[in-house]
Amino acid sequence: MLDDFLNQFLPSTVGGLVFGSIYALIALGYTMVYGVLRLINFAHSEIFMIGTFTSLVVITAIAPASPLTGIALFGVMLLIIVASAAISGGAAMLLEVVAYRPLRRKGATRLTALISAIGASLFLQELFALVIIPWLTGNAGRNQQSAPRIVDRDTVFTIGNAAVRTDHIIVVVAAVIMMIALDRLVNKTKIGRGIRATAQDPEAAVLMGVSIDNIVRVTFLLGGAMAGVAGALYLMEFENTVFNVGFVLGIKAFTAAVLGGIGNLRGALLGGIVLGLIENWGAIFLGSEWKDVIAFTVLVVVLMFRPTGILGESLQKARA
Amino acid sequence: MKGNGVTGNANPLRRVGALFDGARDWWERAKTWQRFVVYIGALVFALILPAPWIGSFMSPGADWTTVLIYPIGTYMLLAIGLNVVVGQAGLLDLGFVAFFAIGGYTLAYFATEHGWSYWPTVVFGIFLAAVSGVILGAPTLRLRGDYLAIVTLGFGEIIRITANNTDEIGGARGIPNIPHPTDMPAIGLDFGVLPAPYYYLMVAAIVVVIVFSVRLQKSRVGRAWAAIREDEDAAELMGVPTFKFKLLAFAIGAMIGGLAGGIYAGKAVFIEPGTFPFILSATILAAVVLGGAGNLPGVMLGAFVIAWLPERFREVEWLKDALGKDPAEYRILLFGGVLVLMMALRPEGLLPSRRRKAELHEGTGGMGAMGAEVAGPDTDVSTEAAK
Repeated sequence: MLDDFLNQFLPSTVGGLVFGSIYALIALGYTMVYGVLRLINFAHSEIFMIGTFTSLVVITAIAPASPLTGIALFGVMLLIIVASAAISGGAAMLLEVVAYRPLRRKGATRLTALISAIGASLFLQELFALVIIPWLTGNAGRNQQSAPRIVDRDTVFTIGNAAVRTDHIIVVVAAVIMMIALDRLVNKTKIGRGIRATAQDPEAAVLMGVSIDNIVRVTFLLGGAMAGVAGALYLMEFENTVFNVGFVLGIKAFTAAVLGGIGNLRGALLGGIVLGLIENWGAIFLGSEWKDVIAFTVLVVVLMFRPTGILGESLQKARA
Repeated sequence: MKGNGVTGNANPLRRVGALFDGARDWWERAKTWQRFVVYIGALVFALILPAPWIGSFMSPGADWTTVLIYPIGTYMLLAIGLNVVVGQAGLLDLGFVAFFAIGGYTLAYFATEHGWSYWPTVVFGIFLAAVSGVILGAPTLRLRGDYLAIVTLGFGEIIRITANNTDEIGGARGIPNIPHPTDMPAIGLDFGVLPAPYYYLMVAAIVVVIVFSVRLQKSRVGRAWAAIREDEDAAELMGVPTFKFKLLAFAIGAMIGGLAGGIYAGKAVFIEPGTFPFILSATILAAVVLGGAGNLPGVMLGAFVIAWLPERFREVEWLKDALGKDPAEYRILLFGGVLVLMMALRPEGLLPSRRRKAELHEGTGGMGAMGAEVAGPDTDVSTEAAK
């Protein structure tokens, strides 16, 4: 048992970091919306799903005969990331207008908002399964859809017995760049200051001339764009997607957000990485079919001892 | 339209709502004999409900009595159970299906592997469900609102994945050959292939659970739950042991879920992990909220509507032709859309309890306090004034 663990420790760590970066990127969307609106945007996982399908369409349209390298790879990556971010961000804004804004206007309870979110989530999943996926790909909507490979799985270097491949590096680096960009945006720009002000005290923010509607719109746009990037990276790394790909990934990303301290952007990064690592290490002992159980158990345990997560809630506290 | 705070709105859903409100006001003033007439009427209605002439309209595509057992009766039972947790105590549970699964799996496992007889096993399943409710609740009920929702969701998934990965209870293949309930010759119920006896068993279970739930609601326990739901901190300060009562709500809700699982498994004969997906938790929660959380007739109506509509439209020929697909394929799509629409138009549900409705129209809960609740340059004046 221990031998197994030591043998698989480093490869699992690499896998955990890759998964963890994707969790972290999705978690940013949950954490921003929660920070500003105190709402679990349950349909965020479908925004991620839309991102994977946008990338699928773009990659299929380019349809490289062999994996790309160098400048061509960089260009294609940039293209799928930008396309997915744009479509997902737009979808998230639309979602806010349709599913949340009417409730916000009425001052509805969180339960109402959560039901609306679940409704939107189911609607989007089924819309893709029944209408959009057959139309995009011509395949049955509930089947797994696979994408051509665009990145070669070359080993760049090894640490012990763990091979670090090109695609691993791309995922982690791209995710970290996006997270740093978002962190800068929230901390250094005027719109970021508006987001932080709204998270801290919406009434005072209004009195100071912040347009809450604009802030909410931007929050959903940014969160959705991050989910879109995560979708692009996911598709590139795993080369397939399905209409309900967001469900488990979304819950785990939310777990990551809670783990790090929801409402806290750096917490989302930490939570994502920690979750990815723990479930991969745990899977060595228990088998990979228990990964999800490990993730949820970690969630319960962390919340028991530290209900505000590892770093605590703090989009309000101007640290973001 | 008194007391609901809505003025001059031609929204048809509101007018239907006003009709329901009137019925509720009448019920609150009704004398004891009038109430008994309604009780007996409802029971008679429940007994003749499987009649073929009703079935031919209600469910042309499938056997009506079977539809009445699953999904309709099962959803109702589950909704009544979840209503204790969500409607009465105000705790958000997104993993309710776990208790349904525990009840079902207990019967399936102990009856097939150990030859236990039906009723004691169902009772044991109810007990196990209550225990697991406490096990889940004890560490997590310190959490509030959304955190609790996500932890319970995780619990539901843990139970399903565990069932899926444990070969001892059949793994992904599930458990076949679950025994039927013991025959009851005294009242002429033979549990075999025909669905009718199961239907009457389901009606009996629902009646028992309703009586139980109503008695609880009117007791000290029910008032404590209401206090927790309205303002947990105030309740705690007034000396209500909130944690104990929240745990009790969880355990009682779980017991009802376990009962539903036992009855379902005894009828279905076969269960597998796929019988207990997250979507079922969401559906039951939606039934509770759609009908009007906290109000039993509302909750049952919600469960009925959600269970029945997809069945009704399964076999509508012109719909089939128009869509080019089985209309039932679209039921989750429609269900999702209706949820969003419903929450926007009538968030308090079809048949809300008076108190619940008043709470919602105060507009102080949760998201309302955040963001656009504040009057801004683009705030809709009429909705502000209506509060």
